[in-house]
Amino acid sequence: MNENLGSPVAAPYTTTSNNPGRIMATVMVALAPSTLYGFWLYGWPSIYLWLITIASAMLGEAFFLRAMDRQASKALTDGSAILTGWLLAVSLPPWAPWWIGAFGGLFGIVLGKHVFGGLGQNLFNPAMVARVALLISFPVQMTSWVGAAPLFADGSPGPLDGLVILFKGIPAAFDAMTSATTLGFSKTEMSRGVDLLQSAAHAPVLSMIGERAGSMGETAAWLIIAGGLMLIIKRVISWHIPVAMLAGVALPAAALNAYDPAHFLDAQTHLMSGGVMLGAFFIATDYVTSPNSPVGRLVFGFGCGLLTYVIRTWAGYPEGVAFAVMLMNALTPIIDSHFRPRIYGRNRKGLPLQVAD
Amino acid sequence: MGFLDRFFKEPSWGVHPDDHKRPAADAPLRILPTPERVYMPLSQHVGGAARPIVVVGQKVLKGQLLADAQGNISAPIHAPVSGTVFSIGDVTAPHASGLPFRAITIESDGQDRWIDTDLVADPFALAPEDIARKAAAAGVVGLGGATFPSAVKFALGKRLKVETLIVNGGECEPYLSSDDRIMRDFADQVVDGVRLVMHAIGAKEALVGIEDNKPEAIAAMRKAAASFSEVKIRPVPTRYPMGSDKQLIQTLTGKEVPSNARAAEVGVLVHNVSTCAAVHKAVRLGQPLVERIVTLNGGAIATPGNIYAPLGTLVTDLLAFVGLKGEPARLILGGPMMGTPLAHDRIPLVKGASGILAFNAAEAATPDAGPCIRCGTCADACPMGLLPMEMAAHIRVEDFEGAEGYALGDCISCGCCAYVCPSHIPLVQYFSYAKGELMAAERVKLRTDATKRLAEARTARIEREKQEKAEAAARRKAEKDAAAAAKAAAAKAPAKDSGQAQGETV
Repeated sequence: MNENLGSPVAAPYTTTSNNPGRIMATVMVALAPSTLYGFWLYGWPSIYLWLITIASAMLGEAFFLRAMDRQASKALTDGSAILTGWLLAVSLPPWAPWWIGAFGGLFGIVLGKHVFGGLGQNLFNPAMVARVALLISFPVQMTSWVGAAPLFADGSPGPLDGLVILFKGIPAAFDAMTSATTLGFSKTEMSRGVDLLQSAAHAPVLSMIGERAGSMGETAAWLIIAGGLMLIIKRVISWHIPVAMLAGVALPAAALNAYDPAHFLDAQTHLMSGGVMLGAFFIATDYVTSPNSPVGRLVFGFGCGLLTYVIRTWAGYPEGVAFAVMLMNALTPIIDSHFRPRIYGRNRKGLPLQVAD
Repeated sequence: MGFLDRFFKEPSWGVHPDDHKRPAADAPLRILPTPERVYMPLSQHVGGAARPIVVVGQKVLKGQLLADAQGNISAPIHAPVSGTVFSIGDVTAPHASGLPFRAITIESDGQDRWIDTDLVADPFALAPEDIARKAAAAGVVGLGGATFPSAVKFALGKRLKVETLIVNGGECEPYLSSDDRIMRDFADQVVDGVRLVMHAIGAKEALVGIEDNKPEAIAAMRKAAASFSEVKIRPVPTRYPMGSDKQLIQTLTGKEVPSNARAAEVGVLVHNVSTCAAVHKAVRLGQPLVERIVTLNGGAIATPGNIYAPLGTLVTDLLAFVGLKGEPARLILGGPMMGTPLAHDRIPLVKGASGILAFNAAEAATPDAGPCIRCGTCADACPMGLLPMEMAAHIRVEDFEGAEGYALGDCISCGCCAYVCPSHIPLVQYFSYAKGELMAAERVKLRTDATKRLAEARTARIEREKQEKAEAAARRKAEKDAAAAAKAAAAKAPAKDSGQAQGETV
């Protein structure tokens, strides 16, 4: 008989075939439709930017793991760096210069993830850390939006034009492409005294399918919802955070819009613009930086939504998803310790149930 | 399982591993030829080890008492074969440590001659206490794996006036089918045993929970229980750990056992189907527990199935009987979710051994553990509603009290968390380690307290003795002085100053 019968570590001796790589891959599949739509809508520059951002995130991961004397190949194949790069890329303006993606990818992975101890240890969502750092450091580049310039359409940049846009900036020939987002436009108009009822006539049209100015992968709300539903059905994420976050945006928006439509955008505009959908299904649901209990997830999601609305409405920035998610990330440990699931045989306070006679 | 069922009908806890029960479960029961030697451990149950009452060289019959129960919670051991007591010594225990424990070795005479057993025609005429006494004398213990002496549980049920007997036919562990087999082949014995246990504890009804992946067992049990309206067969969803008593109680009765209480305190008692069959044999036939059905399964086994074997049979003999396809890469006593790893195959079959699994290299392969990604899958799977990732995070930095703050003590070690963990972190190992450390700390604390108490008592005693000595010395001195004074007084008598001398000594 073989005397080497494995280590005497405790049972179970059978395990799931699931692994982090598979989870990340599922998320990428769910993210693909809206990203592909973004590629089509914004053309070659966005494809290049996406590639550069992901490459830079992977480079950052490999570099840091090598510096820490850990095996880089295994960690790179789990897909978490790719996903971080991808989520950052789709939240960037689609025609941003190459160094925005390169800097963001490195920043997110190194300062957003590895300085905390790597996978599973970071307090903040790395993609949002990078996005916020970029937004604060390079506000011009990070708020230069373009309108629809579908691939292969007349007047859209070709593969070579795309490289030019990426590395040398937007040439005069494509200047007409620059556009404003709904949120940015209404904020600017409001700041110069034009209220929403007056500005609505010439505001950028909010397309339901996502054909509008915005971040690379944030405009196709329905495709994002479809991907998110797939994740919920596949049980990669639970419904709590997305539903609570959307409610956190929609409820105050609907209430204040009903109270004063001249100064508060309606709920639909809030839900369909900016990064709310992407944030609700793909950003706020990040495992590492969100709470674990169902109630905790509801609190967290609602907080993300509410803070997004508050920042959009009263703060200096037209969009607030990244800030809101990071603020709630900071609260996650507190939420986790306050909202624990009820234990079998114990009440909500953790005390043993009383035997009823 | 339909799409919507996934969301609405299944319990929200637990996991659904591949069950690997068939074809082993469908193979007819085989009877192991009597092995040449059996090794009957003295400790096959929770509680005190049995005390041998036979001597080396003594001839014994099958079913003869070898070692008597010792203490309130204990169980006797009987001879599984007829033959001669060969030795009383150490064998390797079925435990991860591979440490030895005491066993009585019997060399079989190949005759398998039983002791005289007294048949009871109408056991329901017996007093409930007599049922318990007979079960205790037959060495019946919980055969689901807990191996708690059954009679002790009967007495508890009787005392707390348990209304409902829950009979555990869940057998939720993958690979195992010994309970399935006993329900298919000996349904009448099981049902009779159920009724005897009800009689012993005074229960009014029995709910037999059987996972719905065992339709043959459900049918056989329904047929056997058809004429007894108080015995209700209840199919339950196939979901691990349905066979855990707390989860089965909740599924069948909706009751939750408080975390610091026993099931009997909410009016239910759980017994395994195999235990019930053993009670039937003990009470009706007078046969002690000396044999059991054991599942031999796993990729390394040539003819997987269920074997009826004497207790004390070496795993080697069982494996030889079913044949090996190749070298096993892992041997497990029990199921893969909660079983015990065996260090080698020269280990005896014990009462609580429902299965012996021999895994091939593919089955035994375990992926390397990765970092926790806080996905929370473990918390969703935990049938107790605990937060395994939080407990593990505390245990990793040796903060055992912190883990206890997350109710580590309520963990039933079912293995759901470690099973679903996408990073394959051996969470149960963490928890077992922490529970062991906490227990050791508790023991140290008790010992320190006891030592402190003794030391204080000693100091107090020494003080007291010193004081007593001083007092005694003072008294003696006083007496001596008094005597001297009296003498002096007597010598001077009838001198006037004798009173003054006495006064000085006061």
